[in-house]
Amino acid sequence: MADVKKVATRVSYGETLVELGAEHDDFVVLDADLAASTQTGKFKAAYPDRFFDVGIAEQNLMSLAAGIATTGRTAFVSSFAMFAAGRAWEQVRNSIGYPRLNVKVCASHAGLSVGEDGATHQCCEDIALMRAIPGMTVVVPADDVEARAATRAAYEHEGPMYLRLARLATPVVNDPETYEFKLGKGIVLREGTDVTVVACGLMVGEALAAAEELASRGISAEVINIHTIKPIDSELLLASAAKTGHVVTAEEHSVIGGLGDAVLAALAEHPVPTRKLGVNDVFGESGPALDLLHKYHLDATGIVASVEGLLAQE
Amino acid sequence: MTDDELRKVANEVRKGIVVGTHAAKSGHPGGSLSAADILTYLYFEEMNVDPKDPGKADRDRLVLSKGHAAPGLYAVLAERGYFPKEDLETLRHIGSHLQGHPNMNDTPGVDMSTGSLGQGVSAAVGMALASKVWNDGYRVYAILGDGEIEEGQVWEAAMFAGNHGLDNLVVVVDHNGLQIDGTIEEVNSAMPIADKFRAFKFHVIELADGNDMAQVRAAFSAAREVTGQPVCIVAETVKGKGVSFMENEVDWHGKGPNDDQYEQALAELEAAGKEL
Repeated sequence: MADVKKVATRVSYGETLVELGAEHDDFVVLDADLAASTQTGKFKAAYPDRFFDVGIAEQNLMSLAAGIATTGRTAFVSSFAMFAAGRAWEQVRNSIGYPRLNVKVCASHAGLSVGEDGATHQCCEDIALMRAIPGMTVVVPADDVEARAATRAAYEHEGPMYLRLARLATPVVNDPETYEFKLGKGIVLREGTDVTVVACGLMVGEALAAAEELASRGISAEVINIHTIKPIDSELLLASAAKTGHVVTAEEHSVIGGLGDAVLAALAEHPVPTRKLGVNDVFGESGPALDLLHKYHLDATGIVASVEGLLAQE
Repeated sequence: MTDDELRKVANEVRKGIVVGTHAAKSGHPGGSLSAADILTYLYFEEMNVDPKDPGKADRDRLVLSKGHAAPGLYAVLAERGYFPKEDLETLRHIGSHLQGHPNMNDTPGVDMSTGSLGQGVSAAVGMALASKVWNDGYRVYAILGDGEIEEGQVWEAAMFAGNHGLDNLVVVVDHNGLQIDGTIEEVNSAMPIADKFRAFKFHVIELADGNDMAQVRAAFSAAREVTGQPVCIVAETVKGKGVSFMENEVDWHGKGPNDDQYEQALAELEAAGKEL
């Protein structure tokens, strides 16, 4: 795996903003003193007249972006997930969500993979917070290829969107030549018959690795990448669950209110045995990102264990 | 329009506030009445707006950051012809386009959804910024409550507006001195208001009587002359202005008049109208 290309989705986002800037002049990019980290600094360098830094003021960031969007333009706003989805939640709800404005909240540094900064900065609740807002589209790209496509989709999409981006560079799992992003449509990355592993974000790559390992143990795992948590692709999930009869969800997010709960809700009328792998209602801690992910079982090993645990119950 | 004509309109707007909050049996008459003269001046004299084309791209914008004064905004919009005045009787009713707090997608003429305090002024700053970025040329007005400025977000917005010299932005503080839990001095004083906005690089205009149409005109005219800075008009007003039993009574922040109170309020406004 040493030669696998690794890219952080925040970088894919920042570079795509610059491309969009060359193609369109009807949007601005806003940040709250984290432009280097969120990667909006790339856009700032290319289009300084269309970039604004509000300073460390996330509430103003959201409502100000909403004001811009009332004029028919689009605003991309970035901060860390903790502050974009957490601190400014009510501004996102009332200033952006309620009036259905074209503000794209693109939040980096989501999840435990923030690493050394520790629990205060490891937002594992943002998917839950954002999907609770009526009309909010929630997208969690799995890798560089998907994050680039999702950023473009955010620009094209009418209405508010939350785009969850990561600090950690992770393997590129999608083929840029064949990859196609459709908002609200899941992607079957590997077909299987015994269990469906539904993943988002960096857990998609781990799910593929887990499926390899499971195959060597005689278990056929179907891997579905759900990049759009809301609206979720119920049709695909129902069909796959009916086929395999078992579902394991995997996310770098709390087990409360995230991908797992969204999948369970989609399957509620036709339930199958399901196990949710995620951050188990605890705060994170400081440490190297990969070590943390391993400690909290958010890797291929954790997925394999979840699948085997679920199947062993029968 | 002349000041006298505007005074007559403002009196009609006050009636609309009483009608709406009576029909709703709730709502916020006090802070609507305090801002009635300013709202009237803005929609009938100051702003480039067209009730027949509420969304026209180059219109001036108004954000009612103190969104609970919705009855005042609705009354002035109805008076200006954005929708029938009879609609005011549906305020806060199920299915009405007149929500308890303004929603831009429901009501013609409402430029921003507001109600959660502190957010509207940020949106106004965003509109003013957009006007600069794309050379749209319109002006933006925001009306804040004096209690509202206790919200930290107001100062985040003010810092940005001042630092960016948004001289197409006028922020009005409707300084009626009362908030839900008491006088603003009792609760958590934001005084001195003018000095605070000056410190945030605003040009401040102190409007001694924000319920006096001639003074309101003078303040907004002076605001137009300011360049390189956003303007803050600190308007001394009377909460409940125009209805004797509501004036300066904190109780009338957020409740509607009963039938007897409604009759008395309308009679007072009718009499006041005849003297204009």
